[in-house]
Amino acid sequence: MAPVATTFFFYFLSALTVLSGVLVITRKNAVHSALALIVSLLGQAALYLMLYAPFVAGVQIILYAGGIMVLFLFVIMLVSIEKAQKEEQFNQQWLVGLAAALALGALFVLVYVKGRALFPDRGILMPEQSNTQQVAVLLYGNYMFTFEIASLLLLVAIIGAVVMAKKRI
Amino acid sequence: MLDYITSYLKSDLTPGSAGNLFWAFVYIVLIFLGLSVAVIAMNWLERKILAHMQVRLGPMRVGPHGLLQPIADALKLLIKEDIMPSAADPWVFWSAPLLVVITAFTVFVVVPFGPTHAVTDMNIGVLFMLGVSSLSVLGVVMAGWASNSHYPLMGALRSSAQMVSYEIAMGLAVISAVLMTSLNNEGTGTLSMIGIVQAQQAQHVWFAFKFFPLGLIAFFIFAVAMVAETNRAPFDLPEAESELTAGFHTEYSGFRWSLFFLAEYSAMIAVSSIAVTLWLGGWMRPFPNALNGETWDLVFSLVPGLTFLLLAAITFYSTARMPKHPYFKVQTIGLGGFGAVLALIGVALFIPPVRDRVQDIFWFSAKVAFSMYMYIWYRGTFPRYRFDQLMKVGWKVLLPLGIGVLVLTAIAGILF
Amino acid sequence: MTDRTTIDRTTIDRTSHLELEQHDKTFLDSNELIINMGPQHPATHGVLRVVLKLDGEKVLGTECVIGYLHRGVEKIAEHRTYTMFNPYVDRMDYVAAVSNGLGYCGAVEKLLNVEAPRRAQYIRVILTELNRLASHMLWLGTHALDIGAITPLFYTFRDREEILKIFEKYCGARLTTHAFRIGGCSYETYDGFEREVKKFLDFVAPKIDEYEELLTTNRIWVERTKDVGKISARECIALGVTGPVLRASGVKWDLRKAQPYAAYADFDFEIPVGENGDTYDRYIVRMQEMRQSLRIIDQAIGKIPDGPIMAKVAKVMKPPVGEIYHSIEAPKGELGYFIVSDGSTQPYRVRVRPPSFVNLQALDMMVRGALVADVIAVIGTLDIVLGEVDR
Repeated sequence: MAPVATTFFFYFLSALTVLSGVLVITRKNAVHSALALIVSLLGQAALYLMLYAPFVAGVQIILYAGGIMVLFLFVIMLVSIEKAQKEEQFNQQWLVGLAAALALGALFVLVYVKGRALFPDRGILMPEQSNTQQVAVLLYGNYMFTFEIASLLLLVAIIGAVVMAKKRI
Repeated sequence: MLDYITSYLKSDLTPGSAGNLFWAFVYIVLIFLGLSVAVIAMNWLERKILAHMQVRLGPMRVGPHGLLQPIADALKLLIKEDIMPSAADPWVFWSAPLLVVITAFTVFVVVPFGPTHAVTDMNIGVLFMLGVSSLSVLGVVMAGWASNSHYPLMGALRSSAQMVSYEIAMGLAVISAVLMTSLNNEGTGTLSMIGIVQAQQAQHVWFAFKFFPLGLIAFFIFAVAMVAETNRAPFDLPEAESELTAGFHTEYSGFRWSLFFLAEYSAMIAVSSIAVTLWLGGWMRPFPNALNGETWDLVFSLVPGLTFLLLAAITFYSTARMPKHPYFKVQTIGLGGFGAVLALIGVALFIPPVRDRVQDIFWFSAKVAFSMYMYIWYRGTFPRYRFDQLMKVGWKVLLPLGIGVLVLTAIAGILF
Repeated sequence: MTDRTTIDRTTIDRTSHLELEQHDKTFLDSNELIINMGPQHPATHGVLRVVLKLDGEKVLGTECVIGYLHRGVEKIAEHRTYTMFNPYVDRMDYVAAVSNGLGYCGAVEKLLNVEAPRRAQYIRVILTELNRLASHMLWLGTHALDIGAITPLFYTFRDREEILKIFEKYCGARLTTHAFRIGGCSYETYDGFEREVKKFLDFVAPKIDEYEELLTTNRIWVERTKDVGKISARECIALGVTGPVLRASGVKWDLRKAQPYAAYADFDFEIPVGENGDTYDRYIVRMQEMRQSLRIIDQAIGKIPDGPIMAKVAKVMKPPVGEIYHSIEAPKGELGYFIVSDGSTQPYRVRVRPPSFVNLQALDMMVRGALVADVIAVIGTLDIVLGEVDR
């Protein structure tokens, strides 16, 4: 099936993602921030879908929007909102922040300019139907070792978190 | 234009995959209406079945045998005053029921009622269903938090912890079923809902009975986790009536509350259809192997029509038994008319082209209905788990069991 | 009687309960949640208000606020004659009205120094034991409902209905029966009373098995009740807790055996005792008590004597100056009446020792450190009736 109104959807989703991203840092209420972050993540998932990467989109929804953000909310809900409202939202480090933002922006521009040569003009065409299989082949074939290392790292992180949080096990 | 419409009737693809927008739209409308009717019917059935389990009659007043009770309830909810607590967070309070309903209905995009009867066939079907239905917990959490009240907050806390932990066991069970789909010549599995059923068709077995008892255990894990995911008894802690009055939707009333109700039941249907698709052979008729051949195909294809005729017969019998008092005239005529509609559907289901095209939907719905009956049965039988016990079951029983089944399935898949 | 007085309150070791588990302070240390449970709450069995202090789901402490159903019954008694006050006691523990009446009539009879005739005593035993069954059935239904099993409620109500029918036939009322009079019973049994009670016994015995089938070995039920709301025998005695709660903790103390009243000395029955004093044991004790009640009724029906049903009591009662304490084993525990007479037609003071009120004291001790769901289970297992708590 041919894509419909691709341009419109791209700009719509991008605007949604960016706008809710801005809301995340400007809302005083932490729960509102978290909800905006969820919208932003969902927008990203939809963008992945437009890139013919449905598996990544699905995982994004399950893990980030459905899992991690629920835990975020779980924590934030317990925090007293009144107290958070009174606190200073921005600290006085705007100089450092500006420098960091400029550096990041410069990096983006650099990648964009140089990247034209690095990446092929039209990205690798991955048929949508076998997208999941392709991901599997890459993860469990070409990059198996890296993948396993990452999972081991996560396991260590989990155990470390448990050890730190629980005084006696 | 007409060709465009009729061409699909002969295709063997879903409208979404075939790129037929008209039929995709028709299917969306049909599924939406069908779901609404199913939720209304479930409302009535749950009350009736539960009542008969508990030696009482259930709704009897509105319409014959209380058949119109759900409609009366829906009307009442619609015209009730819409109350929003003054201390509530208006935006979040407003959007929570919407989110819950939207996610509950969206998952039906990929539910395969038959090889051609789904809005679309997605490459990541199961993943999509699990992901979108996991979003509904956000709505529950938002509702509980936005109400700015203690009982809803506790309900929200419970539900978020519960859903996140049971999703893991559920995911492991799903993976072991997906693993079974890869047992073909190419060795590639699929996440597509239709693909999964077709894999069961190709392997001539429902995955619940594959690698006995591994498939059955995986199915059991999923069946437990899906009850927990939908907050139903015995895992109905987020809305535990005797503890938290009504849990996360304590402060909701009228139409907003009915949205939660709608979402709960359609979520139940949604997870049941995942279970049916993954383990109970989806749209396939029972015993495709033991009772195969032309004759059996014919016999089983007559079952849908016969079922509707039986229902019609029961309705006509009840019509005849209605009190003869003039007060009941309208009700008697109504019940008779309802029976006539059922009989007409039954007769229509005997017409061969209709029969062939629709019997998949019947078998799928029948399996889902069985699962829904189990939900009601649980509710009538089991006490409620306590929060820590619920977590214990999720993390210490289902999760290790799920991992074990997954590993064993993988080993069995290599060996056999 | 002795072992109740010899234990000094201050020596009771309560630290095991009161010392809360040190909960780990994390960076998420949120405010403690104060939750008002009741007076309008589906699981507080009336208008009990429990203020819960919670840390997440864990209960740090509770406070019972009572009095929402206070009607001043004890004060009313001072302005009524002895006979006029009799119907009021039915309104205290309204699910076991017959037991209330028995206790009050027994107390006044002791004060007047009269004794009800044998036949009246037997009728009293039969009706009181039927009432115990009804009370326990109501308890079972609501307790199971609180824990989430909704079906037993309807079963128990169906069977309780049969008892209420017998009451209705006997005295015209179903709930607030006012079945007994001072000095005996005012009604002779109706025709076929024995037959109907016998029929009821045959009907209800398998029903009790049916309840047990649903719950006793149900995994979730066992998990929800085992080791929940534990209370030791010493703690029970220190708090004055009586009835099935005390017996489930292992104390074989039943006033029907310890100081028999009415005709209980004539019957052969056992006192079911638990071991652990947890909610499950209390459930088992009460289920066995129902069976023992059936036994008592069966024997009573078998050898009910003929004769008068009223002792000779003056129309206007003027008990001699003095005071009396008389207690019976009500379904919920020791129900006592302390009556002071100044020699006039009205009591000078009536004080009721309600089992629900005394047992409710144990709530806080039983739920500290437990979870919210346990509070519900414990309120259910204490089997309180707010009419009796508040009087």
